[in-house]
Amino acid sequence: MNIIWFLLLTTSVVFSIINNKLEDFTKSIFDATKQAVEVSLFLLGIIALWLGITKIIEDSKLIYHISKFFSPIISKLFKRIPKEHPSITSITLNLLANFFGLGNAATPLGIKAMKDLQTLNEDKETVSFEMMLFLVINTASIQFIPFTVVGLLSQYGSKSPNSIVLPTIIATIISALIAVVNLYTFKFLFERKNKQKL
Amino acid sequence: MKIINYISHLVIPMFILFVVVYGFIKRVKIYDSFILGAKESIEIVLRIFPYILAIFVAIKSFQASGAFDFVKNLFSEVFKIFGVPQEVVAIALIKPLSGSASIAVFTDIIKTTGVDSLATKISAVIMGSAETTFYVLAVYLGAINIKKTKYLVPVCVLSDIIGVIIAIIVVKLLLK
Repeated sequence: MNIIWFLLLTTSVVFSIINNKLEDFTKSIFDATKQAVEVSLFLLGIIALWLGITKIIEDSKLIYHISKFFSPIISKLFKRIPKEHPSITSITLNLLANFFGLGNAATPLGIKAMKDLQTLNEDKETVSFEMMLFLVINTASIQFIPFTVVGLLSQYGSKSPNSIVLPTIIATIISALIAVVNLYTFKFLFERKNKQKL
Repeated sequence: MKIINYISHLVIPMFILFVVVYGFIKRVKIYDSFILGAKESIEIVLRIFPYILAIFVAIKSFQASGAFDFVKNLFSEVFKIFGVPQEVVAIALIKPLSGSASIAVFTDIIKTTGVDSLATKISAVIMGSAETTFYVLAVYLGAINIKKTKYLVPVCVLSDIIGVIIAIIVVKLLLK
Protein backbone atom coordinates (compact mmCIF):
# COMPACT_ATOMS: atom_id res chain seq x y z
CA MET A 1 0.00 0.00 0.00
CA ASN A 2 2.96 2.32 0.69
CA ILE A 3 4.13 2.12 -2.90
CA ILE A 4 0.65 2.53 -4.37
CA TRP A 5 -0.11 5.57 -2.24
CA PHE A 6 3.25 7.11 -3.10
CA LEU A 7 2.72 6.56 -6.82
CA LEU A 8 -0.83 7.94 -6.82
CA LEU A 9 0.10 11.13 -4.97
CA THR A 10 3.35 11.93 -6.76
CA THR A 11 1.89 11.35 -10.25
CA SER A 12 -1.10 13.48 -9.27
CA VAL A 13 1.08 16.44 -8.30
CA VAL A 14 3.26 16.08 -11.40
CA PHE A 15 0.24 15.82 -13.69
CA SER A 16 -1.51 18.76 -12.09
CA ILE A 17 1.59 20.87 -12.81
CA ILE A 18 1.83 19.66 -16.44
CA ASN A 19 -1.90 20.07 -17.08
CA ASN A 20 -2.02 23.37 -15.23
CA LYS A 21 -4.59 21.94 -12.82
CA LEU A 22 -2.99 22.88 -9.51
CA GLU A 23 -6.18 24.53 -8.33
CA ASP A 24 -8.19 21.40 -9.11
CA PHE A 25 -5.66 19.31 -7.22
CA THR A 26 -5.95 21.38 -4.06
CA LYS A 27 -9.72 21.49 -4.28
CA SER A 28 -9.89 17.72 -4.80
CA ILE A 29 -7.90 16.84 -1.67
CA PHE A 30 -10.17 18.99 0.48
CA ASP A 31 -13.24 17.50 -1.18
CA ALA A 32 -11.77 14.09 -0.44
CA THR A 33 -11.45 14.80 3.28
CA LYS A 34 -15.07 15.90 3.38
CA GLN A 35 -16.14 12.73 1.59
CA ALA A 36 -14.06 10.58 3.94
CA VAL A 37 -15.89 12.08 6.91
CA GLU A 38 -19.27 11.51 5.26
CA VAL A 39 -18.48 7.91 4.39
CA SER A 40 -17.11 7.22 7.89
CA LEU A 41 -20.20 8.66 9.55
CA PHE A 42 -22.37 6.55 7.28
CA LEU A 43 -20.26 3.50 8.15
CA LEU A 44 -20.55 4.30 11.86
CA GLY A 45 -24.31 3.96 11.63
CA ILE A 46 -24.47 0.70 9.71
CA ILE A 47 -21.58 -0.91 11.56
CA ALA A 48 -23.30 -0.12 14.87
CA LEU A 49 -26.55 -1.63 13.60
CA TRP A 50 -25.02 -4.87 12.37
CA LEU A 51 -22.65 -5.36 15.28
CA GLY A 52 -25.66 -4.89 17.55
CA ILE A 53 -27.56 -7.57 15.67
CA THR A 54 -24.59 -9.98 15.63
CA LYS A 55 -24.15 -9.47 19.38
CA ILE A 56 -27.71 -10.78 19.85
CA ILE A 57 -26.80 -13.75 17.64
CA GLU A 58 -23.80 -14.43 19.88
CA ASP A 59 -25.59 -13.99 23.20
CA SER A 60 -28.54 -16.16 22.21
CA LYS A 61 -26.14 -18.98 21.18
CA LEU A 62 -27.71 -18.87 17.72
CA ILE A 63 -24.13 -18.45 16.55
CA TYR A 64 -23.38 -22.11 17.33
CA HIS A 65 -26.23 -23.35 15.16
CA ILE A 66 -25.17 -21.15 12.25
CA SER A 67 -21.51 -22.15 12.50
CA LYS A 68 -22.37 -25.84 12.93
CA PHE A 69 -24.47 -25.70 9.77
CA PHE A 70 -21.91 -23.86 7.63
CA SER A 71 -18.64 -25.01 9.14
CA PRO A 72 -18.30 -28.05 6.82
CA ILE A 73 -18.31 -25.71 3.79
CA ILE A 74 -16.24 -22.91 5.32
CA SER A 75 -13.65 -25.20 6.88
CA LYS A 76 -13.08 -26.83 3.48
CA LEU A 77 -11.85 -23.43 2.34
CA PHE A 78 -10.33 -22.25 5.60
CA LYS A 79 -8.63 -25.40 6.82
CA ARG A 80 -6.92 -23.92 9.84
CA ILE A 81 -9.97 -22.37 11.49
CA PRO A 82 -11.12 -24.53 14.42
CA LYS A 83 -14.71 -25.79 14.39
CA GLU A 84 -17.23 -23.60 16.25
CA HIS A 85 -14.92 -20.59 16.08
CA PRO A 86 -16.94 -17.32 15.81
CA SER A 87 -15.15 -16.38 12.58
CA ILE A 88 -16.99 -19.18 10.75
CA THR A 89 -20.29 -17.43 11.46
CA SER A 90 -19.07 -13.95 10.57
CA ILE A 91 -17.46 -15.18 7.35
CA THR A 92 -20.68 -17.03 6.44
CA LEU A 93 -22.88 -14.02 7.17
CA ASN A 94 -20.58 -11.72 5.17
CA LEU A 95 -20.57 -14.03 2.14
CA LEU A 96 -24.36 -14.40 2.32
CA ALA A 97 -24.79 -10.62 2.54
CA ASN A 98 -22.56 -10.22 -0.51
CA PHE A 99 -24.44 -12.97 -2.30
CA PHE A 100 -27.76 -11.18 -1.85
CA GLY A 101 -26.21 -7.86 -2.82
CA LEU A 102 -26.66 -6.34 0.64
CA GLY A 103 -23.57 -4.14 0.54
CA ASN A 104 -24.57 -2.22 3.67
CA ALA A 105 -24.65 -5.38 5.75
CA ALA A 106 -21.64 -6.97 4.10
CA THR A 107 -19.04 -4.40 5.19
CA PRO A 108 -19.76 -4.51 8.96
CA LEU A 109 -19.96 -8.30 8.90
CA GLY A 110 -16.71 -8.43 6.94
CA ILE A 111 -15.00 -6.25 9.55
CA LYS A 112 -16.37 -8.56 12.23
CA ALA A 113 -14.93 -11.53 10.34
CA MET A 114 -11.54 -9.84 10.18
CA LYS A 115 -11.65 -9.16 13.94
CA ASP A 116 -12.53 -12.80 14.59
CA LEU A 117 -9.72 -13.97 12.31
CA GLN A 118 -7.33 -11.65 14.15
CA THR A 119 -7.93 -13.65 17.36
CA LEU A 120 -6.38 -16.66 15.57
CA ASN A 121 -3.51 -14.65 14.12
CA GLU A 122 -0.09 -15.17 15.68
CA ASP A 123 1.54 -11.96 14.47
CA LYS A 124 -1.04 -9.19 15.00
CA GLU A 125 0.64 -6.77 12.60
CA THR A 126 0.97 -9.19 9.69
CA VAL A 127 -1.93 -10.41 7.61
CA SER A 128 -2.67 -14.13 8.03
CA PHE A 129 -3.29 -16.49 5.14
CA GLU A 130 -6.92 -16.96 6.23
CA MET A 131 -7.44 -13.18 6.12
CA MET A 132 -5.95 -13.00 2.65
CA LEU A 133 -8.15 -15.85 1.43
CA PHE A 134 -11.21 -14.16 2.92
CA LEU A 135 -10.34 -10.80 1.34
CA VAL A 136 -9.60 -12.34 -2.05
CA ILE A 137 -12.95 -14.16 -2.10
CA ASN A 138 -14.60 -11.00 -0.85
CA THR A 139 -13.14 -8.69 -3.50
CA ALA A 140 -14.23 -11.09 -6.20
CA SER A 141 -17.73 -10.16 -4.95
CA ILE A 142 -19.83 -13.22 -5.57
CA GLN A 143 -23.27 -11.80 -6.14
CA PHE A 144 -26.57 -13.40 -7.02
CA ILE A 145 -28.18 -10.44 -8.80
CA PRO A 146 -26.31 -7.20 -9.51
CA PHE A 147 -29.25 -5.02 -8.48
CA THR A 148 -27.66 -1.60 -8.97
CA VAL A 149 -26.57 -2.37 -12.51
CA VAL A 150 -29.82 -4.04 -13.57
CA GLY A 151 -31.69 -1.12 -12.02
CA LEU A 152 -29.68 1.43 -13.98
CA LEU A 153 -30.09 -0.50 -17.25
CA SER A 154 -33.86 -0.70 -16.95
CA GLN A 155 -34.03 2.92 -15.85
CA TYR A 156 -32.39 3.96 -19.12
CA GLY A 157 -34.80 1.83 -21.13
CA SER A 158 -32.76 -1.27 -21.92
CA LYS A 159 -34.65 -3.90 -23.94
CA SER A 160 -33.41 -6.72 -21.72
CA PRO A 161 -31.73 -5.48 -18.53
CA ASN A 162 -31.64 -9.04 -17.17
CA SER A 163 -29.53 -10.36 -20.04
CA ILE A 164 -26.38 -9.31 -18.18
CA VAL A 165 -27.24 -11.36 -15.08
CA LEU A 166 -25.99 -14.72 -16.35
CA PRO A 167 -22.75 -13.34 -17.87
CA THR A 168 -22.10 -11.48 -14.60
CA ILE A 169 -22.54 -14.64 -12.52
CA ILE A 170 -20.30 -16.66 -14.85
CA ALA A 171 -17.63 -13.93 -14.94
CA THR A 172 -17.74 -13.59 -11.15
CA ILE A 173 -17.35 -17.30 -10.49
CA ILE A 174 -14.46 -17.68 -12.94
CA SER A 175 -12.63 -14.62 -11.61
CA ALA A 176 -13.17 -15.73 -7.99
CA LEU A 177 -11.65 -19.12 -8.79
CA ILE A 178 -8.72 -17.52 -10.58
CA ALA A 179 -8.20 -15.10 -7.68
CA VAL A 180 -7.95 -18.04 -5.25
CA VAL A 181 -5.52 -19.83 -7.60
CA ASN A 182 -3.46 -16.61 -7.79
CA LEU A 183 -3.35 -16.42 -4.02
CA TYR A 184 -2.12 -20.01 -3.68
CA THR A 185 0.47 -19.44 -6.43
CA PHE A 186 1.82 -16.36 -4.67
CA LYS A 187 1.83 -18.24 -1.36
CA PHE A 188 3.87 -21.02 -2.98
CA LEU A 189 6.36 -18.56 -4.52
CA PHE A 190 6.60 -16.51 -1.34
CA GLU A 191 7.31 -19.52 0.85
CA ARG A 192 9.90 -20.88 -1.57
CA LYS A 193 11.68 -17.53 -1.59
CA ASN A 194 11.70 -17.49 2.21
CA LYS A 195 13.14 -21.00 2.32
CA GLN A 196 15.96 -20.01 0.00
CA LYS A 197 16.84 -17.14 2.33
CA LEU A 198 17.26 -19.58 5.21
CA MET B 1 -37.40 -10.89 -11.80
CA LYS B 2 -40.03 -9.26 -9.58
CA ILE B 3 -40.08 -12.32 -7.34
CA ILE B 4 -36.30 -12.30 -6.97
CA ASN B 5 -36.46 -8.60 -6.22
CA TYR B 6 -39.13 -9.21 -3.59
CA ILE B 7 -37.12 -12.00 -1.98
CA SER B 8 -34.07 -9.77 -1.76
CA HIS B 9 -36.14 -7.11 -0.06
CA LEU B 10 -37.41 -9.75 2.32
CA VAL B 11 -33.98 -10.99 3.44
CA ILE B 12 -33.04 -8.25 5.93
CA PRO B 13 -36.44 -7.81 7.65
CA MET B 14 -36.87 -11.58 8.03
CA PHE B 15 -33.33 -12.01 9.31
CA ILE B 16 -33.78 -9.30 11.96
CA LEU B 17 -37.18 -10.69 12.96
CA PHE B 18 -35.71 -14.17 13.33
CA VAL B 19 -32.71 -13.01 15.39
CA VAL B 20 -34.81 -10.87 17.72
CA VAL B 21 -37.51 -13.52 18.26
CA TYR B 22 -34.91 -16.26 18.79
CA GLY B 23 -33.04 -14.13 21.32
CA PHE B 24 -36.26 -13.26 23.11
CA ILE B 25 -37.29 -16.93 23.40
CA LYS B 26 -33.81 -17.81 24.73
CA ARG B 27 -34.33 -15.12 27.40
CA VAL B 28 -31.47 -12.93 26.18
CA LYS B 29 -31.70 -9.25 27.12
CA ILE B 30 -31.76 -8.40 23.43
CA TYR B 31 -31.81 -4.63 23.90
CA ASP B 32 -28.76 -4.70 26.18
CA SER B 33 -26.92 -7.06 23.85
CA PHE B 34 -27.65 -4.82 20.88
CA ILE B 35 -26.31 -1.75 22.67
CA LEU B 36 -23.18 -3.60 23.77
CA GLY B 37 -22.47 -4.75 20.21
CA ALA B 38 -23.26 -1.37 18.66
CA LYS B 39 -20.84 0.35 21.04
CA GLU B 40 -17.91 -1.39 19.37
CA SER B 41 -18.63 0.48 16.14
CA ILE B 42 -17.26 3.79 17.44
CA GLU B 43 -13.86 2.27 18.09
CA ILE B 44 -13.81 0.56 14.68
CA VAL B 45 -14.77 3.67 12.73
CA LEU B 46 -12.21 5.80 14.58
CA ARG B 47 -9.59 3.25 13.61
CA ILE B 48 -10.52 3.01 9.91
CA PHE B 49 -11.14 6.73 9.37
CA PRO B 50 -7.49 7.64 8.56
CA TYR B 51 -7.30 4.76 6.06
CA ILE B 52 -10.46 5.88 4.29
CA LEU B 53 -9.16 9.44 4.20
CA ALA B 54 -5.80 8.39 2.76
CA ILE B 55 -7.46 6.38 -0.01
CA PHE B 56 -9.93 9.13 -0.89
CA VAL B 57 -7.27 11.86 -1.03
CA ALA B 58 -5.05 9.79 -3.32
CA ILE B 59 -7.86 8.78 -5.68
CA LYS B 60 -9.59 12.15 -5.89
CA SER B 61 -6.37 14.01 -6.61
CA PHE B 62 -5.39 11.38 -9.18
CA GLN B 63 -8.64 12.07 -11.03
CA ALA B 64 -8.52 15.86 -10.65
CA SER B 65 -4.93 16.21 -11.86
CA GLY B 66 -5.70 14.61 -15.22
CA ALA B 67 -3.44 11.65 -14.46
CA PHE B 68 -6.44 9.34 -14.64
CA ASP B 69 -7.33 10.56 -18.14
CA PHE B 70 -3.73 10.01 -19.23
CA VAL B 71 -3.71 6.39 -18.03
CA LYS B 72 -7.14 5.90 -19.60
CA ASN B 73 -5.92 7.07 -23.02
CA LEU B 74 -2.87 4.86 -22.73
CA PHE B 75 -5.00 1.77 -22.15
CA SER B 76 -7.58 2.66 -24.83
CA GLU B 77 -4.92 2.09 -27.48
CA VAL B 78 -4.32 -1.42 -26.15
CA PHE B 79 -8.05 -2.11 -25.98
CA LYS B 80 -8.51 -0.90 -29.57
CA ILE B 81 -6.11 -3.58 -30.81
CA PHE B 82 -8.31 -6.30 -29.30
CA GLY B 83 -11.53 -4.78 -30.63
CA VAL B 84 -12.84 -3.78 -27.24
CA PRO B 85 -14.79 -0.50 -27.00
CA GLN B 86 -12.53 2.16 -25.45
CA GLU B 87 -15.22 3.26 -23.00
CA VAL B 88 -14.63 0.02 -21.11
CA VAL B 89 -11.19 1.32 -20.02
CA ALA B 90 -12.70 3.95 -17.77
CA ILE B 91 -14.91 1.47 -15.92
CA ALA B 92 -12.12 -1.10 -15.61
CA LEU B 93 -9.81 1.47 -14.03
CA ILE B 94 -12.31 3.19 -11.76
CA LYS B 95 -14.18 0.19 -10.36
CA PRO B 96 -11.36 -1.08 -8.07
CA LEU B 97 -10.89 2.46 -6.74
CA SER B 98 -14.28 3.95 -6.06
CA GLY B 99 -17.85 2.65 -5.93
CA SER B 100 -19.67 5.95 -6.35
CA ALA B 101 -17.38 7.15 -9.15
CA SER B 102 -17.84 3.86 -11.02
CA ILE B 103 -21.63 4.32 -11.00
CA ALA B 104 -21.14 7.82 -12.45
CA VAL B 105 -18.84 6.47 -15.17
CA PHE B 106 -21.27 3.62 -15.91
CA THR B 107 -24.25 5.97 -16.41
CA ASP B 108 -22.03 8.11 -18.62
CA ILE B 109 -21.24 5.08 -20.80
CA ILE B 110 -24.97 4.28 -21.06
CA LYS B 111 -25.71 7.85 -22.15
CA THR B 112 -22.91 8.12 -24.72
CA THR B 113 -22.95 4.66 -26.30
CA GLY B 114 -26.60 3.64 -25.78
CA VAL B 115 -28.15 1.33 -23.23
CA ASP B 116 -27.88 -1.84 -25.32
CA SER B 117 -24.41 -1.25 -26.76
CA LEU B 118 -21.49 -3.64 -26.41
CA ALA B 119 -19.61 -1.09 -24.28
CA THR B 120 -22.54 -0.88 -21.87
CA LYS B 121 -22.86 -4.65 -21.61
CA ILE B 122 -19.18 -5.22 -20.89
CA SER B 123 -19.20 -2.36 -18.38
CA ALA B 124 -22.28 -3.81 -16.70
CA VAL B 125 -20.59 -7.18 -16.22
CA ILE B 126 -17.43 -5.51 -14.89
CA MET B 127 -19.58 -3.46 -12.50
CA GLY B 128 -21.22 -6.62 -11.21
CA SER B 129 -18.21 -8.90 -11.06
CA ALA B 130 -15.52 -6.55 -9.69
CA GLU B 131 -15.25 -5.02 -6.24
CA THR B 132 -13.90 -1.69 -4.98
CA THR B 133 -10.72 -3.56 -4.06
CA PHE B 134 -8.60 -0.76 -2.58
CA TYR B 135 -11.40 0.56 -0.43
CA VAL B 136 -12.15 -2.93 0.90
CA LEU B 137 -8.47 -3.61 1.62
CA ALA B 138 -8.03 -0.27 3.41
CA VAL B 139 -11.14 -0.65 5.54
CA TYR B 140 -10.83 -4.35 6.40
CA LEU B 141 -7.11 -4.25 7.18
CA GLY B 142 -7.35 -0.89 8.91
CA ALA B 143 -10.09 -2.17 11.20
CA ILE B 144 -7.69 -4.65 12.79
CA ASN B 145 -4.45 -2.65 12.49
CA ILE B 146 -2.67 -4.91 10.02
CA LYS B 147 0.48 -3.23 8.74
CA LYS B 148 2.29 -5.97 6.83
CA THR B 149 0.24 -7.27 3.91
CA LYS B 150 2.77 -9.72 2.41
CA TYR B 151 1.68 -10.57 -1.16
CA LEU B 152 -1.99 -9.61 -0.75
CA VAL B 153 -1.95 -6.40 -2.84
CA PRO B 154 -0.24 -7.92 -5.92
CA VAL B 155 -2.68 -10.85 -5.80
CA CYS B 156 -5.67 -8.49 -5.72
CA VAL B 157 -4.34 -6.24 -8.50
CA LEU B 158 -3.54 -9.22 -10.73
CA SER B 159 -6.95 -10.77 -10.04
CA ASP B 160 -8.68 -7.49 -10.90
CA ILE B 161 -6.89 -7.32 -14.25
CA ILE B 162 -7.77 -10.94 -15.07
CA GLY B 163 -11.34 -10.23 -13.92
CA VAL B 164 -11.72 -7.49 -16.53
CA ILE B 165 -10.37 -9.74 -19.29
CA ILE B 166 -12.77 -12.50 -18.27
CA ALA B 167 -15.71 -10.08 -18.25
CA ILE B 168 -14.84 -9.00 -21.80
CA ILE B 169 -14.49 -12.58 -23.03
CA VAL B 170 -17.73 -13.75 -21.40
CA VAL B 171 -19.73 -10.87 -22.86
CA LYS B 172 -18.21 -11.36 -26.32
CA LEU B 173 -19.08 -15.06 -26.23
CA LEU B 174 -22.56 -14.86 -24.69
CA LEU B 175 -23.92 -11.49 -25.84
CA LYS B 176 -23.30 -10.00 -29.22
